[in-house]
Amino acid sequence: MEADLHDLTAAYALDALSPEEAREYEAHLARCERCRTELASFAEAAGALAYATEGPAPPPELRARILQQAQRERPNVAPLRKRWVAPLAAAAAVAACVALGLGIWAASLSNKLDRRTKELAREQKVAAILATPSSRTVSFGRGVLVVTKNGDAALVVNHLKQPAHGKTYEAWISAGGAPQPAGTFGGGAVVAVPLEGSVRPGASVLVTVERSGGVEAPTQKPFLSVQS
Amino acid sequence: MREYPAMPRSFAHLSDEAVVALVARSDQEALAELYDRFGRVAYGLALRVVRDEKLAEDAVQEGFLAAWRNAERFMPERAKAGTWLLTLVHRRAVDVVRREQSRRADPLPETAESAPQGSAEDDAWLHFERERVQAALRKLPDQQREALELAYYGGFTQSELAERLGQPVGTIKSRMFAGLARLRELLAEPNGESTWKPTFTT
Repeated sequence: MEADLHDLTAAYALDALSPEEAREYEAHLARCERCRTELASFAEAAGALAYATEGPAPPPELRARILQQAQRERPNVAPLRKRWVAPLAAAAAVAACVALGLGIWAASLSNKLDRRTKELAREQKVAAILATPSSRTVSFGRGVLVVTKNGDAALVVNHLKQPAHGKTYEAWISAGGAPQPAGTFGGGAVVAVPLEGSVRPGASVLVTVERSGGVEAPTQKPFLSVQS
Repeated sequence: MREYPAMPRSFAHLSDEAVVALVARSDQEALAELYDRFGRVAYGLALRVVRDEKLAEDAVQEGFLAAWRNAERFMPERAKAGTWLLTLVHRRAVDVVRREQSRRADPLPETAESAPQGSAEDDAWLHFERERVQAALRKLPDQQREALELAYYGGFTQSELAERLGQPVGTIKSRMFAGLARLRELLAEPNGESTWKPTFTT
């Protein structure tokens, strides 16, 4: 079974697998360093086939269209705005997370499969929080903070740039006393993070930029602050 | 509202991988640069697969936008930026062609029918690269070459190929594997027959 999967590397590099076969192979890839290495060199050879084609130049307007669409998808940072929203927003956020989960497989050139598995676990945790019917949702313009009755909380932020090299984003829960570290994360089109620690009513969730690995107390001014 | 400076920036000194790193930081000028480097090849590839200009444009657009969305996941130690980008475009093109079942009945041309236009952009390097890959393809045993071409340009899955060629799936799998492995070797040869040098007889 696994032996058969090794043989699929060439077909996968050529995009010649059915979606089911591709998923199965990708799961295998996560476990098989040999296939990851082989895929890298096969993908290079398959990619070379692109250069063997000849044809007309693309129409000039295609470039402008791509750039406009890119701009629409990731406009510049919107101002922070806090308001209470109906639980409907939670459903939308769940949908966004599911789409994100699927996107992970779809974008599966993905060499970061091992890391991805951890990310997926995080996303599932977030999805569970968002799917809790009694969760409260605080919308703040760039995303949402969702808090369950137990204080489990997830932060979803849209369009977050990758932190600079050697830096990470770090979330904090502040309930009057010193802010408590609540987890580190990177950037992305949609970043969904389960917070470590519990968010009580009235507590604030802050996000700062810190050195990689995170720190015990914030050293920077928060660029995002949401009151639960 | 724009974050980037009004001064025109030059990306000429940057590697493809460095440009992708900037794309990952939502730098739209870097995305434009990426398009200028790979848009033409991407479109040629998409057109070859989907054989429809409109659909080819869609595949290229979706491929570049996928790059825009996922650039932070790109790992330069695993793939060249060009390979990564062209894979994204190819995948979209294959998705399109699989949806457009009707096109599957069309005969498969040996090479794309349209003559190159806009040869100003068609720089010498692109031409050289095309010759080099075509030459390598010609050196493959016919059955391996056929399997690679039908899979990569035709968008057929291995099972569809097996059916179409009347062979067991295992045979098709082996041909693709052997063909791609051989192609990789041929392309790695530093001084193949098609080296880009004028040859003179002395």
